[in-house]
Amino acid sequence: MRFWRRQHNSLSSTSLVSAKGGESLLTPIASIWLTLTLALAVAPHANELPIWLTPAFFVIAGWRAFIAIRKQPLPPRWALLTLALLATAGVLVSYRTLFGRDPGVALMTAMAACKLLETRGLRDGVALVFLGYLLVMSNLLYSQEIPMVAYLLGVVTLMLVSQMVIHRQHAGLTALAPLRLAGKMVLAAIPVMLVLFVLFPRIPGPLWGLPKDAYKGRTGLSGEMEPGTISQLIQSGEVAFRVRFTGDMPSSKQLYWRGPVLWSFDGRRWRQREELPSKTPYPLTPEGPVLDYAVLMEPNNRRWLLALDLPASLPPSAGMTRSFQVLREQPVNEVYRYAMRSYLQYRTGQLTASERFLGLQLPPQSNSRARELAEEWRARDPRPAALVGKALSLFREQPFSYTLNPPLLGFHSVDEFLFRTRKGFCEHYASAFVFLMRAAGVPARVITGYQGGERNELGEYLIVRQSDAHAWAEVWLEEQGWTRIDPTAAVSPNRIQQGIYAALADTDTLPFLARRGGDYEWLRRLALNWDALNIQWNEWVLAYGPDRQKEFLSGLGFGAVDWREMTIAMVVTLSGLGAIFIILRWRSRQLPDPVARAWQQFCDRLARRGLARGSHEGPLDFSERVVAQHPELAGPVRDIARLYAALRYGPVISPPAVRRLQRQVRRFHIRHH
Amino acid sequence: MATLEDQLEFTIQEVGTTILGKERAIRLALACLLARGHLLIEDLPGMGKTTLAHALARCLGLQYQRIQFTSDLLPADILGAAVYERQKETFVFHPGPIFAQLILADEINRATPKTQSALLEAMEEGQVTIEGESRELPKPFFVIATQNPAYQIGTFPLPESQLDRFLMRIELGYPDVQAERMLLEGEDRREVLARLAISMAPAQLHEAQAKVAGVHAAPPLLDYVQALLAFSRQSNRFRGGLSPRAGLGLLRAARAWALLHRRGHVLPEDVQTVLPAVVGHRLHPGDDNLEQSSAALVEQLLNAVALPA
Repeated sequence: MRFWRRQHNSLSSTSLVSAKGGESLLTPIASIWLTLTLALAVAPHANELPIWLTPAFFVIAGWRAFIAIRKQPLPPRWALLTLALLATAGVLVSYRTLFGRDPGVALMTAMAACKLLETRGLRDGVALVFLGYLLVMSNLLYSQEIPMVAYLLGVVTLMLVSQMVIHRQHAGLTALAPLRLAGKMVLAAIPVMLVLFVLFPRIPGPLWGLPKDAYKGRTGLSGEMEPGTISQLIQSGEVAFRVRFTGDMPSSKQLYWRGPVLWSFDGRRWRQREELPSKTPYPLTPEGPVLDYAVLMEPNNRRWLLALDLPASLPPSAGMTRSFQVLREQPVNEVYRYAMRSYLQYRTGQLTASERFLGLQLPPQSNSRARELAEEWRARDPRPAALVGKALSLFREQPFSYTLNPPLLGFHSVDEFLFRTRKGFCEHYASAFVFLMRAAGVPARVITGYQGGERNELGEYLIVRQSDAHAWAEVWLEEQGWTRIDPTAAVSPNRIQQGIYAALADTDTLPFLARRGGDYEWLRRLALNWDALNIQWNEWVLAYGPDRQKEFLSGLGFGAVDWREMTIAMVVTLSGLGAIFIILRWRSRQLPDPVARAWQQFCDRLARRGLARGSHEGPLDFSERVVAQHPELAGPVRDIARLYAALRYGPVISPPAVRRLQRQVRRFHIRHH
Repeated sequence: MATLEDQLEFTIQEVGTTILGKERAIRLALACLLARGHLLIEDLPGMGKTTLAHALARCLGLQYQRIQFTSDLLPADILGAAVYERQKETFVFHPGPIFAQLILADEINRATPKTQSALLEAMEEGQVTIEGESRELPKPFFVIATQNPAYQIGTFPLPESQLDRFLMRIELGYPDVQAERMLLEGEDRREVLARLAISMAPAQLHEAQAKVAGVHAAPPLLDYVQALLAFSRQSNRFRGGLSPRAGLGLLRAARAWALLHRRGHVLPEDVQTVLPAVVGHRLHPGDDNLEQSSAALVEQLLNAVALPA
């Protein structure tokens, strides 16, 4: 620190003073550093920015670097003003607004480019660095995954270097010394970061209101279903959620992850209905063992939480609807971890009047052929179980096929599917089945969610991807209550037993990660290992919210802690860290140079073996005393003492000799007898 | 071609043949000479003080004068006097025994303070003033004074201010068993003395003295010397701390000691080795420390001051 302050002082007294205010100008190398780090901070945004902005930014950055190298004048004020106005107008045209995440980031990037073009002096440079830090943070609005965080950490380190370079202000400098210092600063910040991360009291939801568009573009169940909804979703390899089971993992065919329950049908599209969640789980009669597990859900900007059929517990700040759907109070916009309990075998309670009404409702004047078929079945045998069997055997016996690319369907989608195309995906089967049941007088509903998942041997957990999305049906039977019927299983049993990859002939349209076997199996293995690392990151970093924090701290033996205690603990720990830092600092000031440090290390090492140097004992006297007691150490001890004495008290300190001393001290070991 | 350091080493060996088993004292004496200081040897009679002085003078090829101090010795007996010469009808200065390069002032504490101070002034100034006329003393000018321990009858102990003029005070002490046996078996010391080889020319001695001043004292070492001085001044174990002259002397002596050990820079060990000789006669016990001998006082100082890290 000391030596560049000196540099700076000496410079500000020389000719590098600008006309106004005596502020020192940035050197070309400082301008280049600034431009480079800013470009690195913007780079991850390249895909999200408006199509004109990304090239414009990098052209301007390149221009600025060129100006710095060729020592040319910066563009005049009026040009900058025009540019700034143009950029604002451009953002406004691209987004129709200046507010929100995307326009905000775009505006910031544009302004950073303009600022680059007017950056002359130290103050502009500092302002630009801080704008750079803001740009770094803005990247976290888009991705919080490990590679991004690692990249941003690197960019922050380089920004520290730019800060040093612009303050140091001299040309022809090597980046190595400031880089080392910046690395040290980042490392020194890590303990503080950890303390703040663990102990800073978390509040539910984001700390400040993020713009609404911050969560757009996330794939997942939509809460509605029409032909094509799920077969489109299934093409995404993105992870929907990951699950850790407390006991053994159930077999794949039992894994029905319950999502939105769809009641109302307009002939083509299925929708949810408004249901008020209850703070207690709806009762069910278990008929099998209980299953405990924890779900790590990826953000999807939706309120529903996925749970195995049927959930019997609720995470904090979540409720359950009468349709056994778990809903959170606010959308899942961060990786969210919750513990759940489910029964795979169960019986539900009574059917309410409104459920009976809604469960039989059908749009008038639509899909009349299907309606006629159902009424015909009913006339023959009105028992619900028989009607279910009829419908399933229809799918099984007629030439129905399971495909990802079904023909398009019109308004009477059920009729067209049942009697004409007969090619469909799970949503077609679920939709047609529920329609038939309702038409035949059996209360029924569509359930959307996920089915199965991929087991990651490494780390023993289940990965459920968007490609595992599924839709099935529930019918109400007098004996069992709501009963799950999966019509897809009648057409393609493989889908349920082995997963989507086994059920489709044309697997090439499936996302790479949902496929099994083949030439690239090793690559998929690698991806699974990476995923195992990601689940740790998600569990411990991204999902570390208020619930997880309380859980973690009480797990450490602090009992139930509230935010006041956390704050106190945080302040105490940070003060402790500060004290340690001051002591280290003080000690290093006591031992200002590497020679003294190496000698101290050597003396400490001997002191641990009972050979403490007297405070007034000179190096040669000390070494002779050590040698008298340990003649076998004569060689190294005398060498080190002589070298130290020469370096400490001699007229010249040669760096190679200092390194030799350090090396010898490092190698010096006392064998235990 | 022998280097200066080799010649110094040879001198120590040569002197060592006459005064057996006292290498450390010889080294200190030589260091004192190289540091352009004066030496006070405090010991009982018959310990070899005279022999040491004589041997040093011979080996270094210096003019040698021995002045036996007695209670009736007058300043003029040392410095010399202007005597009227009838033929020339003028006063002619007859130089006293002090006009030599190496003076042995034997039993200095037997002379009266007036005579003592005449010698000590000459030591300090490097010249004598007689009848208003200054006369340069030869160079190098090195005084070895001997003193019987003060408890002997009929002595005038040197006052503290005068003691400060001596760079070092050493004791010779009894020889050890082996050295004593060799002494008894060997020939007469006077014959040995007569056979001593001249090991260094005066010019080389001068060169060596110049070289001492060039021995490097690094900042950490100066820190250490200052810490020693500061402690002697602050601690109440001592009455009145070490003077700046003592500090200068200490550093000079340490430099000479380093040169004798063929080193171009001073180590704390050098300071510590010469410390008893340099400050032993300048430290005085404080009120609560009265019983301590001067060796113990030096030990206290040495142990109390840590080497600066």
